[in-house]
Amino acid sequence: MNRRSVAVAVARKDLAVEAGSRVIVNQVAPFALVVMVMFAFALDNDGILQRVAPGLVWLATLFSMLVVVQRSFAVESADGALDALRVAGVDPAAIFLGKSAALMVQLFALEVVLVCAAFVLYGVEPTAAGWAEAFVTMVAATVGLGFVGTLYGGLAAGARGRETLLPLLLLPVVAPVLIGATRATEAAFGSGGASVSEGWPWIGLLAVFAVIFGAAGSVAFGPLVDE
Amino acid sequence: MENVVELRGVVAVLGGFPALAGVDLTVARGEVVLLQGPNGAGKTSVLRVCAGLLPVERGGGTVLGMDVTSQREAIRSRVGLLGHTNGLYLDLTVTQNIRFWASTVGATTEEVAAAMARMGLDGRLASVRADRLSAGQRRRCALASMLVRRAELWLLDEPHAGLDAAGRDEIDAVLRDAVSAGATVVVSSHELERAGALASRVVTVDGGMIVDGGTR
Repeated sequence: MNRRSVAVAVARKDLAVEAGSRVIVNQVAPFALVVMVMFAFALDNDGILQRVAPGLVWLATLFSMLVVVQRSFAVESADGALDALRVAGVDPAAIFLGKSAALMVQLFALEVVLVCAAFVLYGVEPTAAGWAEAFVTMVAATVGLGFVGTLYGGLAAGARGRETLLPLLLLPVVAPVLIGATRATEAAFGSGGASVSEGWPWIGLLAVFAVIFGAAGSVAFGPLVDE
Repeated sequence: MENVVELRGVVAVLGGFPALAGVDLTVARGEVVLLQGPNGAGKTSVLRVCAGLLPVERGGGTVLGMDVTSQREAIRSRVGLLGHTNGLYLDLTVTQNIRFWASTVGATTEEVAAAMARMGLDGRLASVRADRLSAGQRRRCALASMLVRRAELWLLDEPHAGLDAAGRDEIDAVLRDAVSAGATVVVSSHELERAGALASRVVTVDGGMIVDGGTR
């Protein structure tokens, strides 16, 4: 079996697990929305909310991502499935790419919900070009988050105290994504008078981040999981 | 008869401690070998060397014709190791689990159906989620996964552990079926009476060495 076929099988399996358990729909998405509403309560001022909406969207995404990544690897370790995959000699890069792809699909769906929530709750009003830039930002950031989330999820999966270890390891590493995605989304939403053209360099940063962690994860995932 | 396993003077280290201290073992195709011995004797380490998981420090040998020192990844893809866990996705149904394993090796729908039928997992059980199966049924599901992966050598580490009498009977029936179909099996077990009845040879492991029955 080639790498692509196995990666597709792994991604379909992860999405089937979510379709069966509906943890994202029933627990993670409501959690993310509650975070957004709480931000709205805490910053109960239209001007401030519109200005900080991009940062709030991505903070809510990152917090939710921690839950999704932990869930993704809890499923693997519940009955030793990840170990069984490695024992069976399944290509670790294919496992990494498949799990990353499934995580990206779930995160992207979550981000769509959060951007819609920002539209409703915070009153952001992007232009057509702004919506397009927001879409590209979401794609670039999601790919990077999917790769880095899977890599660090695999790293923490076998560790004692992994529930607390994962946020400690992952949040500092995704800081560039938070910064880049927030700046690009500010440009897309026109927050603080930013123009759409200001966002593209930040999207470039997100793309570089995604390429680096995609390549590093493909190489390092196997040895990390074996350890 | 062709030897599926040929280990010669294998020394292996686990966590800084010697796990195997010079193991010589041969297993012929179609043979069912029972590894017996006290806890910590090295039974699991022998299975892990055969599965390409535990590196060999000294000595050598082959599994399915592949070198145990230099071709461990290749060995992994052709053996099936059933350890203390079953490697199932508990949120997926029996069919989804076995189809997933089938998709990792390109097995066909017919092979999936045949494996499920052979393990008695067709019919009502096919659509049951893995977390609702009994321990014995989960073991059967794991063995069906090994079947669809076309494992040529079955390595079973305490397959009866944690099962009630009915679950043990289920595993025995599955193993009898596999043996009659010509599978090569190396099983470690404390259930000597049960596993011994299935085995064509009993090998005694102690102190990281094979002390009896290692070669035919």
